[in-house]
Amino acid sequence: MFESFDALFLARFQFAFTIAFHIIFPAFTIGVASYLAVLEGLYLKTRNPVYQQLFRYWVKIFAVAFGMGVVSGIVMSYQFGTNWSVFSDKAGPVIGPLMGYEVLTAFFLEAGFLGVMLFGMNKVGEKLHFFATLMVAVGTAISAFWILSVNSWMQTPAGYAMNDVGQFVVTDWFEVVFNPSFPYRLAHMLLAAYLTVAFVVGAVGAWHLLKDKTNAAARKMFSMAMWMALIVAPLQVLVGDFHGLNTQEHQPAKVAAMEGHFHTEARAPLYLFGLPNEETAEVDYALKVPGLASIILKHDIDAEVTGLDQFPREDWPPVTTVFWAFRIMVGIGLLMVLAGLWSGLQRLRGKLYDNNLLLRFSLFMGPLGFVAVIAGWIVTEVGRQPWVIYGLLRTADAASPIDKAGVAGSLIAFIVVYFLVFGAGTFYILRKMAGNPEQVTIPDYAKHKPTMAAERIYDEEA
Amino acid sequence: MDYALIWAILISVAVFAYVALDGFDLGVALLFPWFKQEEDRDVMMNTVAPVWDGNETWLVLGGGGLLAVFPLAYSVLMPALYMPVIAMLLGLIFRGVAFEFRFKTKRAKGIWDLSFITGSLIAAMSQGIMLGAMLQGIQVTDRAYSGGWFDWLTPFSFFCGVAVVIGYMMLGATWLVMKTKGDLQSQSYRAGWYCAILLVACIAFVSLYLPYVDPFIAERWFTYPASVGLWVLPVLLVVITLGLLRSLRKKQEGRPYLWGLGLFLLSFTGFAVSIFPYLVPRSITLWQAAAPDNSLKFLLVGAVVLLPIIFAYTAYTYWVFRGKVDPDSGYHD
Repeated sequence: MFESFDALFLARFQFAFTIAFHIIFPAFTIGVASYLAVLEGLYLKTRNPVYQQLFRYWVKIFAVAFGMGVVSGIVMSYQFGTNWSVFSDKAGPVIGPLMGYEVLTAFFLEAGFLGVMLFGMNKVGEKLHFFATLMVAVGTAISAFWILSVNSWMQTPAGYAMNDVGQFVVTDWFEVVFNPSFPYRLAHMLLAAYLTVAFVVGAVGAWHLLKDKTNAAARKMFSMAMWMALIVAPLQVLVGDFHGLNTQEHQPAKVAAMEGHFHTEARAPLYLFGLPNEETAEVDYALKVPGLASIILKHDIDAEVTGLDQFPREDWPPVTTVFWAFRIMVGIGLLMVLAGLWSGLQRLRGKLYDNNLLLRFSLFMGPLGFVAVIAGWIVTEVGRQPWVIYGLLRTADAASPIDKAGVAGSLIAFIVVYFLVFGAGTFYILRKMAGNPEQVTIPDYAKHKPTMAAERIYDEEA
Repeated sequence: MDYALIWAILISVAVFAYVALDGFDLGVALLFPWFKQEEDRDVMMNTVAPVWDGNETWLVLGGGGLLAVFPLAYSVLMPALYMPVIAMLLGLIFRGVAFEFRFKTKRAKGIWDLSFITGSLIAAMSQGIMLGAMLQGIQVTDRAYSGGWFDWLTPFSFFCGVAVVIGYMMLGATWLVMKTKGDLQSQSYRAGWYCAILLVACIAFVSLYLPYVDPFIAERWFTYPASVGLWVLPVLLVVITLGLLRSLRKKQEGRPYLWGLGLFLLSFTGFAVSIFPYLVPRSITLWQAAAPDNSLKFLLVGAVVLLPIIFAYTAYTYWVFRGKVDPDSGYHD
């Protein structure tokens, strides 16, 4: 099956495959870790046992997802070298220290306190346990900070010079870390993680409410999730718009591909649907709103919008992929806004839990956050092509001297192992989610003397 | 200041921390085949479950650190060791997920036991093979690996893989001696004893074989009078081996693991002495591989401030989970 591909394509495919799988877990654990911190904090403040029940319910799910995030993440930290050695040699002096800081400030923090969070409930006091949960949550966010700084630098490089052996070297670390696209990308990704988890929590709540409207734990989680949807989804649209304007400024070719704009024109149309045709440089079967793209991108209907014709053909990203991934992401974002508004309306009418249609819609929305996250990353990563460091180093010039057979072998191994292992993990997570949160029992630690054993705070398969 | 040398030492500390800590996690898994009782396996896994993730993070620091401060070495070693690196990563996946998955199912528990054992075996074996491949030397042309696809695989590198597996089993056994009691503990004493003897035999073999086949290493160790100071290492090997065996025989609980670490530290030092000043043996020295000073300094500030903090809270977690793991209060709640 690999005859028609070259080693470069296989290496790109392998990176795309492993990182697309990986991003699912951090997106989930960034959100869940914060949710757990909120739940535990609310429990300590209000002593309402439902918060403790929800904490214990979600911490079990968190543990499985976190483990998968860790093991798929280690692959990423070595893959730069195994498959992109030229990139590593050239960009290592810039991005390496940022990733070093990620390990030192985030990974150790998360991993160190994860043990206490999962196994230490009866070994440390409530306050210390809450502290451990907070550290895990803070660690996940710090990790996002550094890795998005790295990615953003590759999109909008700043603060660098070249040395005599062709390496990028840093002239200003502040400019490197806080490069032009970083603040927007960080905000957009963190909100995406929170929104994704809000809709997962909402879907789990909805699932249990559809079976029993009086389920107190399910009502609580559904309500919390829908507040998030109402507030964060519109905020995300706003942040996404700012991010888009930033991209327009620094990577106009990417925005042109997102919009399907082959030609530079005033009163540029917004294509709702269509099939971009790179041969003819037209959008076939287009359904468009004239002038709307000029309004969105320039906030002026008569403004000229840069098209792909301003760039040499060999510098175009793959238009169709970017065009469609963008529409999928935006479409899901708008559905999220809709869910938030609808739930707000139901809440005003005092019937948040009673509308089966809203509950079913929330259930349907459950997995879509992940789809939006992956689609969004496809927009920004495929949209960066053919560059790995934008405008400076082509992807084709960055790969390792590994032959096709080698990359094909490792790619097949990754595909098989990821589907097997993470498939099983997803199954266990879904089975946990099918468990009724109201039946989570809280052991009475006051009765037990703290033992030396590491007690698992979650149960086995029933 | 010689920042490259400081970083070479710091990366060595990270790699040694990884070997010392994840070594016993992997070792515990490698001992599973000799402990068939499900309850024993539950306890064994629970001795490492709260700490394995932090232990594995040292490997990420080793890899990430190499990319940050010695990017040229990273970009040569990874393609040169492509297959064992990928195998190690996949092994670590099977090992890592087993901690959670094993307790999520009754029916498939055996599958995740197998995943835990083979994942650890592949990871440990790959690490040993990489070690051996580095000792053999790695061919470089124009800042890129230029050797063959299977250069890493020789009888010698394979032997190093087996030696690391045995070494980790010894660490795992001495860890279990510290964390368990009863039958499980007595079996661990026995396993530790056999693994220790086998491991010392492996160390002795590698120490004699390498100077025999490699003039560079022979010169490093047997030049009078420059090498005289190094001869303290074989003397220490004898002392530590006797100490380890004695502490196992006397049924001491904490000391066997520390003696075992001593064996690893010795081997690690021997490895460093044999390859210095190269990071990619015989091709790229640590100074040639180093990133520009400003990258080294930027990360060094963080390392100096953060590593002590990391050591502190890592020690705290170990302290929280100190003492024996009680088989009765395990996973049921």
